[in-house]
This record gives sequence, C-alpha cells and structure tokens, in this order.
Amino acid sequence: MDVWSRNHVTVTGPEGGRPLVFSHGFGCDQNMWRLVAPAFAADHRVVLFDHVGAGRSDLSAWDPERYSSLEGYAADVLEIMAELDLRDAVFVGHSVSAMIGVLASVADPSRFGGLVLVGPSPRYVDDGDYRGGFSAADIEELLDSLDSNYLGWSAAMAPAIMGVPERPELGQELTESFCRTDPAIARHFARVTFLSDNRDDLAAVTVPSLVLQCREDIIAAPAVGEFVHRRLRGSELVLLDATGHCPHLSAPEQTTAAIAEFLRRRSSS
Amino acid sequence: MSVAGHQVEEPEDREASFSALLEDSMEDLYDNAPCGYLSTLLDGEIAKVNATLLTWLGYRREDLVGRRSFADLLSVGGKLYHETHYAPMLRMHGEARELALDLVTADGHRLPVLVTATVKKNQDGDPLLVRITVFDARERRAYERELLRARREAERERERLQRLTSTLQRTLLPAELPEVLGLEIAAHYHAASSDQVGGDFYDVFPLDADRWGFFLGDVCGKGPQAAVLTSLTRYTLRAAAVHDTDPVAVLSTLNSVLRQRHDPGAPRFCTVVFGLLQPDGDDFAVSLASGGHPPPLVIRADGEVDVLTTPGGQLVGALPDAHFVATSARLTPGDVLVLYTDGLTEARRADGLMLGEDEERLPALAAGFAGTGARAVVDSLAEVLTAWADEPSDDTAILALGPRPPEAR
Repeated sequence: MDVWSRNHVTVTGPEGGRPLVFSHGFGCDQNMWRLVAPAFAADHRVVLFDHVGAGRSDLSAWDPERYSSLEGYAADVLEIMAELDLRDAVFVGHSVSAMIGVLASVADPSRFGGLVLVGPSPRYVDDGDYRGGFSAADIEELLDSLDSNYLGWSAAMAPAIMGVPERPELGQELTESFCRTDPAIARHFARVTFLSDNRDDLAAVTVPSLVLQCREDIIAAPAVGEFVHRRLRGSELVLLDATGHCPHLSAPEQTTAAIAEFLRRRSSS
Repeated sequence: MSVAGHQVEEPEDREASFSALLEDSMEDLYDNAPCGYLSTLLDGEIAKVNATLLTWLGYRREDLVGRRSFADLLSVGGKLYHETHYAPMLRMHGEARELALDLVTADGHRLPVLVTATVKKNQDGDPLLVRITVFDARERRAYERELLRARREAERERERLQRLTSTLQRTLLPAELPEVLGLEIAAHYHAASSDQVGGDFYDVFPLDADRWGFFLGDVCGKGPQAAVLTSLTRYTLRAAAVHDTDPVAVLSTLNSVLRQRHDPGAPRFCTVVFGLLQPDGDDFAVSLASGGHPPPLVIRADGEVDVLTTPGGQLVGALPDAHFVATSARLTPGDVLVLYTDGLTEARRADGLMLGEDEERLPALAAGFAGTGARAVVDSLAEVLTAWADEPSDDTAILALGPRPPEAR
C-alpha cells in the first residue's frame, strides 16, 4: 500500500527543515490547516495528510477492522513518518488527532521531537468524577445528525472525493470534497472518535508537549484541556482567546504564534 | 379587451393593484417572512432575529440577542455537528447549505429545521457577520427518517441474504480436502456475487484403500435453482462411483439422473470432469472423462504442458444417450494436474478480450508455473485471474493435484 496516495500526503518546505506534521480532526481534512501550515513552510518540512476516509484519501484503503480504534490511525501516522523517514518531528494534532498523536508517540517516541495538541480530549463521555462533557446518549444523537446530513451524499460523489492528484481542477474539487465523506465511514469514525478513552495513555508520553486550549469550546472544554495538561508530564498549556473547537480557523494568528513559540523553545533548549 | 367574458387588465394596472395589495415594509418582510432569519457575529453570538423564529422557538427577542449564540439553540448532537462540520465549512467557504439540524425550543421541544448560512463580507472581503435562514422541516425530516429506516432495513435484509448464501455455498463445497499420501491437493473458489450461490463445484474423496475420485464442474444457471442442481450432481457423482468407478459410466449415470428431473423451466445441464487417481510407485495414474468441460492441463515438472482433450464429450443432462470420452495420464513427482471452470478462461479484460480467447494463452501461462507444486499453481492462476479481470464476473473453481517428490513425503 502506497501511503502517499492512501493518505494523500503533501510535503512543502525545505528538505532539511525540521519536520512538522499536521493532522486534522473528525469532520474535515488537511485543508483545515491552510491558515496555519503555510507560515511554517519557509523553514520547516511541512507534512499534511488526510486520514483514510477523509478528504482525498484513498477510500478503497478503508478497512473497518483496522480503523475500529485510534491505534489504526496512529499506525498510519507512523507509516507516513517512516516513509518520509522523519526524525525529531513535531506533530500538531487537532481534536481526535491529538490523541492519535499521543498513541503514535507512545508507540515509537524515536520519531517525535514534540506534540502540539489542539483542543484535545482523552475521553468525551463523562465517567464518574471525570467530566468529558457528553453522555453516551449525546453521542448517539450526533450519529443521528450525521445520518440526517448525509442523505444528500450519493455514490456519484465518490469519484470527486477519491484522490486524483494529477487532476488540475484542484480548487473546484476541494470545494466539492471539503467536509464530505462516505457516510458509513464518517459514522464509524465518529463512533471511534467520541467513544474512545485514552486517559491512561497520557502518562506514557515522553516527548515535550503543548496543549492549545480555546477559552470556550463545547467539544473540549477548558477543564478537559487542563486535565490533559496535568496528565502529560512537563507539558505546557496555552489558553487561546478564541471560541469554538477550531482555533486554527477562528484564530489562526494566535494558533500560529503559539506553535512557533513552542518550536523556538524546543530548538533552543 | 375581453376574453371569454373576463376583463383582462393592462400590465400597468396590474402593477398598481399589486402595490396596493403588497403594503409590506422591508421590516415586515423580514420579521414575518415564512422562514426564520437570524444574523450572528462571527463567533456565533446572535445579533438579530426575526419574529417568525422567535414564535417558533417561544423566546423573546431579549432572551437571545446579545445573550445566546446560534449553537446554544441546537440539540447536543447538533452542537457537535455544528463544531465539526458547519463552523469549519462556513469559515472555509463562506457558506453552508441545507444542513439538517434540530433547534431546541424554550420549553425543551425539538424543532427539525434546514439551515442555510452565508458570511457577509465588507468591501475588502473581510468577514463581518453570518446570515442564517431557518426552514421548518418537520414533515420532510419525518419522511427522511422513514427513508433511513427503510434503507437500514434493506441493508439488514441484504446481510441476512449474504449470510444464508455463504452458508449454502459452503455446504456445496468440501469443508476440507482429504489428505492423500504423496499427493498435494489445492483448490481455489471465487464466487462472483455474495448475493447468489455460484454454480461451480468440485470434490476429492476416497473410493477404496488406494483409489481416489475427483471431479470439478459447472452447472447451468445461478441462485437457488443452480444450488439444487449442484447438490444433486455432487451426490450423484459420489454415489455412482461407488457402483462403477469407470469415469464414463459415472458420467452416464449422472446424465440419466439429470434427465429424470421433472421440473419444467429449471436448468438441468452441467459440464463436468470426473476422474480416478491411483498411486503407482512414486507416480499417480489418472483416468478421467469429460462431459463438455474445458480440458484439464498437466503441467510437467520440466515445463511441458499437456492439454487433456476429450473430443466429442457432450454436455451432461442434455441428450438421452450423451456421449462421453475418456482419457488418461500419468503424473510423476513435480507434475501438476489442473482442472478449472470457464470462469477462468472466459474472464474478460477491460477491453473485452477473454483470457482463453487464444487457446494457447492458458497453457503458456501454466508452463511458467512448472515445478512449483499444486498449491503454488492454484495461487498463481488465481493471481492471473485477478490481474486479467479486476472484478471477475463469473464464478471460478480451480482444483490442482500433484504428486510430491519422494523426499518431500
């Protein structure tokens, strides 16, 4: 399996630059990073990709077995890093990809120089004293929302979603495929995303980490960001003056500045 | 002007009468439009809302304006969808269309709506605010839910059918091939459809202490009718061989049994190769008969390929006194006897060319697998098949038998 086409991997920036891997969250694709990633391409090797099932990834590579847990997605990340032979890479993961990065860095710390977790949550569903913010019934309701909104999706959309890198009408297709995906895959990914529990994995992280938390975020509330910060040894927490779950879209300058500062201190230390 | 007794007004008169009728102010058009309207700041805070939406939701204007965000009005599932899809879509493309969401009214009821939002920008293209229209979608949503329910039902039924089909399919093929001392046996079966039982079949079974029977064939048709015929054919072949092991006699018995079926309209033909295997020192002696079936191949260890033709062998079940033709071969260690159905030779490439269109192609390919053993030959042929036709459209069975070299026994 060719990981380049499987994950529609795109690489920009100088060959010798420090690798910076951006990983999108549930619902969208690598285009989510387009207000942030280009700022780093001058002196970093910037790697973008789509998780299998999202954006222009190869839908035929999707396998319900492999992707029945976040470990499957983490294995993909490690395969991409191995293919590009990345060392000392800083992994920037949004939402569910924050935990995918945590799992990948625990499985093979040798490739990671740091983790930037944007809006992370190790568990969305409340459990005892732990407040993830959602009940199991809420998650079922999300799955229903997905079903209602994918009624318009048809098999005819599939060719537009499937990655055809050499096609020139990229901009057009981007609009068509953005946030679009096969409903069965989206439903499956939503279930895996919102029903995972990775609280115990946080303590196993050995690489330096930064938590970027929005002031108001109903998906990953500030208390959840603080929980992640407390469990990650030696992590930093930066509270962004932004609302919503996507600071890289709603507050790209602040997000970029916080990542740049983390990179600066990592390279000077 | 008068047409059929009606006064028809001149266009300017009509426009004047419209003006008198439509005394709407812009304000009234906004507030009492037949859909909900609201405007929010970029972070979602509600800045303006029309009377229609307030009525639907049971809120006063001051409950919402400057106090709540649009996402606050959504159900929890809707909030999650809003954050993961709607908000990014709006940021990236400046619009989000026809999203199915549930609003929660002041008294806690759900109102299914369809939401379309656009970002208003200033002259420099900087986003200023978000305009949102909200359409009551109660009936549409009920209808869509019914469609979803029906689709899930259909998916469940299809899964049930596929389970049933694969179970039935398994009963028509040997659960496992027997162990024959000194002989490697391998088979491949590809069902073209997971919804239908295929019509190809094969088996290898002991006849007595040192003789083995084997067959491979293809019944006419697919589905339940074909499954009935396959079942009858398999058991007839095995029973017939108990009475008389001569391959031509076995096929003649099958011919009579198939001719006796009284089920007008149901298929009753098949093509089949039936054979006997008997060890002879390190070798195996093979005698076989064919009824209208593609000729088996013997891939010799040295790369020669013998095509075991049986000219004149007729389709089984078609004629009262069908004629079947026997042949024989000797397999020495390293040789492999290959039986296959027309799913292999009639597989079509993208340009329509059949794999077996050129009769030399299959023997030539097979020569390349000489000396690799029965299992490897079957695997290689299965690869040839998938490389030739992406999605083989017909069922395919391949059976290979090859004496092992004495040192490998």
